[in-house]
Amino acid sequence: MEELIFGRLTLREIPYDNPIIMATLGGSTMLLLCIAFLIWYHGKWSYLWKEWFTSVDHKRIGIMYVVLALVMLLRGFADALLMRTQQALAEGSAQGYLPPDHYNQIFSAHGTIMIIFVAMPFFIGLMNIIVPLQIGARDVAYPFLNSVSFWLTASSAALVMLSLGLGNFSHAGWSGYPPLSEKNYSPGPGVDYWIWGLQLGGVGTLMTGINFFVTILRLRAPGMTLMKMPIFSWTILVTNVLIMLAFPALTVVLALLALDRYTGMHFFTNHGGGNLMMFTNLFWIWGHPEVYIVILPAFGIYSEVVATFSKKRLFGYTSMVYASVAIATLSFMVWLHHFFTMGAGANVNAFFGIATMVIAIPTGVKVFNWLFTFYRGRIEFTTPVLWTLGFIVTFCIGGMTGVLLAVPGADFELHNSEFLIAHFHNMLIPGALFGYFAGYAYWFPKVFGFKLDETWGKRAFWLWIVGFYLAFMPLYALGFMGMPRRLIHYDNSHWQPYLVVALSGTLIIFGGILCQILQLTLSIRNRAQLRDETGDPWDGRTLEWSIPSPPPAYNFARIPQIHTRDAFLSMKKQAHRTEVVDYEAILLPRSSSLGPFMGGLTFVLGFSLVWYLWWSAILALAGLIGCVVARSWDEHTEEELSAQEVCAIETSLRHPGASVSFAGKPPPVQNLTFERSPLP
Amino acid sequence: MTTAQPPLELANIEREQDHDSVGLATFGFWLYLMTDCVLFAALFATYAVLHQNFAGGPTGKDLFDIPYVFVETLCLLLSSTSAGLALLAMQRLDRTRLLYWLGLTVLLGMGFIGMELHEFIRLVNAGNGPQRSAFLSAFFTLVGTHGLHVTVGLIWMTNMILQIGFRGITFPIQSRLIRLSLFWHFLDLIWIGVFTLVYLMGVRS
Repeated sequence: MEELIFGRLTLREIPYDNPIIMATLGGSTMLLLCIAFLIWYHGKWSYLWKEWFTSVDHKRIGIMYVVLALVMLLRGFADALLMRTQQALAEGSAQGYLPPDHYNQIFSAHGTIMIIFVAMPFFIGLMNIIVPLQIGARDVAYPFLNSVSFWLTASSAALVMLSLGLGNFSHAGWSGYPPLSEKNYSPGPGVDYWIWGLQLGGVGTLMTGINFFVTILRLRAPGMTLMKMPIFSWTILVTNVLIMLAFPALTVVLALLALDRYTGMHFFTNHGGGNLMMFTNLFWIWGHPEVYIVILPAFGIYSEVVATFSKKRLFGYTSMVYASVAIATLSFMVWLHHFFTMGAGANVNAFFGIATMVIAIPTGVKVFNWLFTFYRGRIEFTTPVLWTLGFIVTFCIGGMTGVLLAVPGADFELHNSEFLIAHFHNMLIPGALFGYFAGYAYWFPKVFGFKLDETWGKRAFWLWIVGFYLAFMPLYALGFMGMPRRLIHYDNSHWQPYLVVALSGTLIIFGGILCQILQLTLSIRNRAQLRDETGDPWDGRTLEWSIPSPPPAYNFARIPQIHTRDAFLSMKKQAHRTEVVDYEAILLPRSSSLGPFMGGLTFVLGFSLVWYLWWSAILALAGLIGCVVARSWDEHTEEELSAQEVCAIETSLRHPGASVSFAGKPPPVQNLTFERSPLP
Repeated sequence: MTTAQPPLELANIEREQDHDSVGLATFGFWLYLMTDCVLFAALFATYAVLHQNFAGGPTGKDLFDIPYVFVETLCLLLSSTSAGLALLAMQRLDRTRLLYWLGLTVLLGMGFIGMELHEFIRLVNAGNGPQRSAFLSAFFTLVGTHGLHVTVGLIWMTNMILQIGFRGITFPIQSRLIRLSLFWHFLDLIWIGVFTLVYLMGVRS
């Protein structure tokens, strides 16, 4: 009976005996309670619920995604700090301070969180905010779906965070290879947390992929042909194709592992005819494109930053587009390089090795395009440009070690060693994270109407880049010295100095993160001085800079007609051509509380499945179906903003003072004609 | 105060939002079907890898009853026909016919699911459940995932019948029916693959 109600959930699942976890848990619970109390104290809960949680506005959803990513970045970084400290200490007779079971969970959680809950929400947030603005759209194709996607991601992040205090997280690595992740070897709830965290968040990501693919293909402003589209939107288009093709494979592989674990099937088991290499294949058919899913958006951000701050048009736009598409195509032809040692045979390995090396060609095209854009440009060394320069240098080193690993013979020596760890951090930190930081600094004034503090931004960059080299270059050497990855303890005293250097690098990165927190705090405090009234603080080239900051809910009062690639730049050059005199009524999607409700139900579903609470799993599933059905009966999903209201908003946004002036020529407000379009 | 915003040149767009919304929704749904296609492709690939891993258990030849599955297949194919006829009735705004054909589609779909469940129960009771061998795991999962999709389609269709009953053939309902019929025909196509690759080729080997 007790099992029927509580499944396998008991109070013993709280890890009382681990002081590190309990202290973290206590601290973060206190912090959460404090935040909740402060929000209540200032009476902001209803504001948060009405204006943010239930919002279907792509800009607000984007901001929530980025906040989620930044919070999870702190968690993932704390894991990194714990591991680096352990490895710096645990040589010879010293055992370090982490128990093995906890250590295994930390490296599994670090990988899962950094990829799925930092990199993914960070770029999805940026693309949510920017893509509709860049292509001249009023929202995404399916605003409500967008809200559901966000809440699915947020609730799976919450599920992963909960594993810290209730039960444990997977100890089978972020890639969760069987047979270790099978029931026989991992009977606890850890692997189940990992499965449902990835599975439910993955569904949200897949829906986002479809949403933005349709948005970009169907909602571009008139005249904006594909080859006139800003390059960031291009890389996002390619990324979303990758999401649509790759994520179903993740869904399948996780479902099959869940079936093995929950119902005793034999997909990846050692007995009963199971084939565990099939897991590895299916996982990396998603996993390798996933690398490009997080890197391509950053490539797009770098391209925008380079062109804007060099005051030049992007060099080789067309080749940039083709390079993105080529990278996307090749990303599906290289998955086997993650397991050359499987024994697929020399010819198969040679094929995948060569395909892997070929990726360096389109990537090299991009690097040269960025360099040629910088060449003879009037470069402003702002924070986004520093991130870009740091990326180009560092990423090239990482790329070269990648080509080295692509040689199957070399891979047999280096796989599963610290060399591999150094390589993929060398790709993903500059290749993805630095790009998101550049985008964060670049678009921050568009989103909030004031710039970020440059001094602290630059300090953060220098600490990050120095810390990065100190933290990861020693790992290459350790790889050559034969140190395997994921070690909790070692007996080779020659390794220790390198690991101490790596720890010092991590601490310097920590300094960089503190600078970023300080930067944000100071910028909010000094927002009056940092305010940008123009909506175009960087002398931008693309459409997002043509509207006020922060943009109104509908983005564009009238959809602009596009003639050229850098649309806003050419508009600025030939200003005074047309006056905005008439406004039209605009249909806006209504906020919906179903998004957060569905997120909550998804959380309950994941939690119930982890703990075998079948009754509440069924209830949550029924609730989710009920939400979808309820939505289908709702016919009031849009509301109209009248032309007068649009005019009032536009006037107040574009001319914060009372005096109205339009590009030097003040049109009298009362004479504005209201063109009411016939409603359908 | 400022003059930094240059006026934008305006596009002369006609308000086709509502007209577009059907196309937009259909396009997105069609893309979803393509991702579903990738999902089924991964399941078919899994079946292809494991279909000889009997682990000393029964083979497809021992288990599959082709005449039975043929009738099951006919149920689904006929339901696709009636779904097509339902859409034709929708275009003529013929509510009675539309409800009639949708009702028939639901019945045929339920017949299909019923027969599939009966087959599953028969296999499990004979000790040939999905735990028996990797081959049976892959079989149950592939066929079961298709069955799950059909079940979702049946829930959707029931909801549509209620909506048509209460609200008539409104614009959003037409849009939903178009997507539903895409979904239903897609599941038909997948079943053709299942019937051929799993059942027909299964009894041959």
